[in-house]
Amino acid sequence: MSTLAAKHTKSFDDYLFSFGAWALAIMWALPLLYAIWTAFHPAAYETRFELFAPLTLENFYKAWMQAPFARYYLNTIMLVTSILVVQLILGTLAAFAFARLEFKGKNFVFTLVLLQLMVMPDILIVENYQTMRKLGLIDTILAIGLPYMASGFCIFLLRQTFMTIPTELDEAARMEGASIFVLLKRVYVPLAKPTYLAFGLVSVSAHWNNFVWPLIITNSVETRPLTVGLSIFATTDSGTEWSIINAATLITSGPLLIGFILFQRQFVQSFMRAGIK
Amino acid sequence: MGKLNQQWIYAWLLLLPAMVILLGFTYLPAIETFIDSFFSTARGRRPSVFVGWENYERLISDDVFKRVLWNNAIYALVTIPASIGLALAMALFVHSPRRGVGLLRMAYFTPTVLPLIAVANIWIFFYLPTIGLIDQIRALFGFSAQNWIGQPDTVLYTMIAVAVWKEAGFFMIFYLAALQAIPQPLREAAAIEGASRWTFFKRVTLPLIMPTTLFVSVNAVINAFRLVDHIFVMTQGGPNNASNLLLYYIYDVAFAFWDTAYASTLTVVMLIILSVLAIGQFFFLDKKVHYK
Amino acid sequence: MMYSMKKLVTSTVLAASLLSTPAVAVDLEFYFPVAVGGGAADTIEALTKKYVEMNPDVNIEAVYAGSYNDASAKAITAARGGNAPQISVLLSTEMFTLIDEDLIEPFDAYVTDAEKETWIGGFYPSFMENSQTGGKTWGIPFQRSTPVMYWNKEAFKEAGLDPEIAPANWDELVEMGKKLTKTDASGNVTQWGLRIPTAGFPYWLFQGLSTPNGAILANADGNKTTFDAPEVVEALEYLVALSAEHKIMQPGSINWGATPKAFFEKEAAIIWTTTGNLTNIRTNAPFDFGVAMLPEKKRRGAPTGGGNFYLFKNASDEQKQAAVDFVKWITAPEQAAVWSIATGYVAPRPGAWETDAMKAYVEEVPAALVARNQLEFAVAELSTYENKLVSKIFNDALASAISGEKSAADAMAEAQSKADDVLKAYRSTN
Repeated sequence: MSTLAAKHTKSFDDYLFSFGAWALAIMWALPLLYAIWTAFHPAAYETRFELFAPLTLENFYKAWMQAPFARYYLNTIMLVTSILVVQLILGTLAAFAFARLEFKGKNFVFTLVLLQLMVMPDILIVENYQTMRKLGLIDTILAIGLPYMASGFCIFLLRQTFMTIPTELDEAARMEGASIFVLLKRVYVPLAKPTYLAFGLVSVSAHWNNFVWPLIITNSVETRPLTVGLSIFATTDSGTEWSIINAATLITSGPLLIGFILFQRQFVQSFMRAGIK
Repeated sequence: MGKLNQQWIYAWLLLLPAMVILLGFTYLPAIETFIDSFFSTARGRRPSVFVGWENYERLISDDVFKRVLWNNAIYALVTIPASIGLALAMALFVHSPRRGVGLLRMAYFTPTVLPLIAVANIWIFFYLPTIGLIDQIRALFGFSAQNWIGQPDTVLYTMIAVAVWKEAGFFMIFYLAALQAIPQPLREAAAIEGASRWTFFKRVTLPLIMPTTLFVSVNAVINAFRLVDHIFVMTQGGPNNASNLLLYYIYDVAFAFWDTAYASTLTVVMLIILSVLAIGQFFFLDKKVHYK
Repeated sequence: MMYSMKKLVTSTVLAASLLSTPAVAVDLEFYFPVAVGGGAADTIEALTKKYVEMNPDVNIEAVYAGSYNDASAKAITAARGGNAPQISVLLSTEMFTLIDEDLIEPFDAYVTDAEKETWIGGFYPSFMENSQTGGKTWGIPFQRSTPVMYWNKEAFKEAGLDPEIAPANWDELVEMGKKLTKTDASGNVTQWGLRIPTAGFPYWLFQGLSTPNGAILANADGNKTTFDAPEVVEALEYLVALSAEHKIMQPGSINWGATPKAFFEKEAAIIWTTTGNLTNIRTNAPFDFGVAMLPEKKRRGAPTGGGNFYLFKNASDEQKQAAVDFVKWITAPEQAAVWSIATGYVAPRPGAWETDAMKAYVEEVPAALVARNQLEFAVAELSTYENKLVSKIFNDALASAISGEKSAADAMAEAQSKADDVLKAYRSTN
């Protein structure tokens, strides 16, 4: 008798749970659904949701004509990849120094590194522009990424991770005469993979969306990332054209979304051993 | 002694590349900024002069600054718990096996993938009075139109909603990973003992995901100050500073008014606030974290 | 003998031609903002390319610089970094700021006296109000606009009004607005009579009220504002009353970008917006519409808007001369007509309206003439030193009155005192 009652409450609980999950999901996906709606329908249906409204591909055509998406895409991929790779390399080296080596002033320097978390390069744009000028790097993809390539957050995360790796592994490797780099490659890097992934996600996401600094430092189509290229759709004088903006959105996010759908399980599984411990 | 020296050399060699970049693009400019806050702004025709605490005094009597601090406090106080809480809820929803979990995951993650220009304009549409989506839905229930973004008492909350929407799905990924790291035997043992879902959650899950919560909340705090991009597109801080936030104000002062000295002053204040928050966070949450 | 003579001649000719090689091509960087959609960027790039093809001694790189605000941030950051462009199109209201930052030079030194009369003197005077100060020409009008009133003829018919006649003055605006405002059974408004977008930068359309009321917001030297003049306060009270008292306009700050859409969806029967929206409205309005000048009170009036060409200081003389030549070409009637037709901006010289292309366009779209005709009554857009700060002070004050937080008189008094605090420094150093 009691188990029956328990079963009933359990399924009600379940039902509530499911309802919550799906309600939240619909609310969260609304903007994307709206984007899909407007991208495939003519502008007249931007605010009207009639079931049998005519479909059209014209918005995609118009959006495509207004900006060289392929090139902007390439620039953005090169940008976030180069930033991430350098961040990880520099971060690994620095984190190892903080985690495993003893030297004077270690804590002071580490605090300095932590402070970088608080200082957003966005505020230091004018000074950084002047530095880039002196280095002759104006209007290059390298210039967009350079101020971000040393990431305090990355160093901090990796240090925490490295500190949890048992020192016995260190000693074993040392006894075999391994140098620091071999040690890193064989022991530390593989064990810290989940942290690399987690940070990678944070970094790519942040730099994919960065706008102000890339706007200031780039001049040409060959260096401009997507965010700046897309700003041409955010025009104010002639009224917002949602269908075209959203067609442009689908062009730029479509591949990412499809990638996420297809590789979802692998993506999440790679976080399985994450434990940001 | 020799060994220590060697370690010292190795350490600095390892640190050098990172430190050079940090120095050149973060520390030196930051110090310049700090120094600038004690001078007046140089305009093309007038050089900058030392003014001591004048800029800070101006800060204290600046109405916009006070409003901005107040707004940012509300903004942070709501977005941080809301995005973390929702992220955890989403992770829980998606973690348990059910039909359509892949769709759910994608739905929660979409905000991270959409570019800001689109997101901002889509939300503008949602908030439009009468013809916007929210008002259209409300009209079905007989509610009258509301100018959500155009009224000072609602605009800040519209910005908060957009921020929470953007953040929660992103944090969900980290919670999902943490949840999946909770060993299955623990769950089974709890089920055998007849522990309810809620008890299991409170006693086992929460403590085990504390490290993730620390990671996520550090991000959330920084984002509460950093994520102002939607303000640029949607409200420009208005109406009458009702949705103005600290970083947006700094940007306005620095790149619209070109009052670089005052912008430096505001930046110094922001740095102090963030440092205090960061240190506070580490101390508070660090105690609760279980490292293996 | 003949052979070596020939050789001598050939080598002399060769040497002579080498010595008289044409000057090395001048390089110019040209920043342009886009505020009317991607097609504009293509048009500018095409025009620039055409010029470069016709003038091989000049290389011009046209750089898309984002919105007006973005372009300004980009140009000034670059200038402070020692890497300024040679020319840039920026808001006409930035003139005093750019002068103060010591970034620009007047065009006068690079034109002959005759050109001063025919070229510089050939622009519509109202556009020159934001382009000249202290007797010098600091900006050349390029993409200029003015706000106009669009009305839904169908909605007028439905409300029992003559669809061909727009409200001519403030009283008519209120009267007709009331007839045009429709509510449903539960008292919710389904169609507003009027929509004046006031979010973001309310001062521009507000000038469409203050000017007809006889007020000028700032002086020609850019160092004194008169925000608290009774005419200004009256205009603001009228604006606030449209929502609060007459209920013909939505309360609160009204979004700018959604205005054409609101018009198409019949959420508002009359809208005020830039003439730059004409092409969009013409293409997409599902009904007959009319375009008229803004209604008058004591007089007709409106602000101008848009961007001018500015010449940056830190360039070589050759570059500056080449830049001025380019600007002369691109503002010439043929090019101005192309630009105006492609974007909806008002061609800034009478000559442009005489070109065949423009005449054909005007026949097809007579509404394009409204903006031009309004220029007679147009005044300078609000522009002072530290322009962005002063306009923010003013915008914030307008918003506070619109939302009902402050009375119009209080808001304007406060705005005037804050603006004065900023601008008094510029009166003494002058």
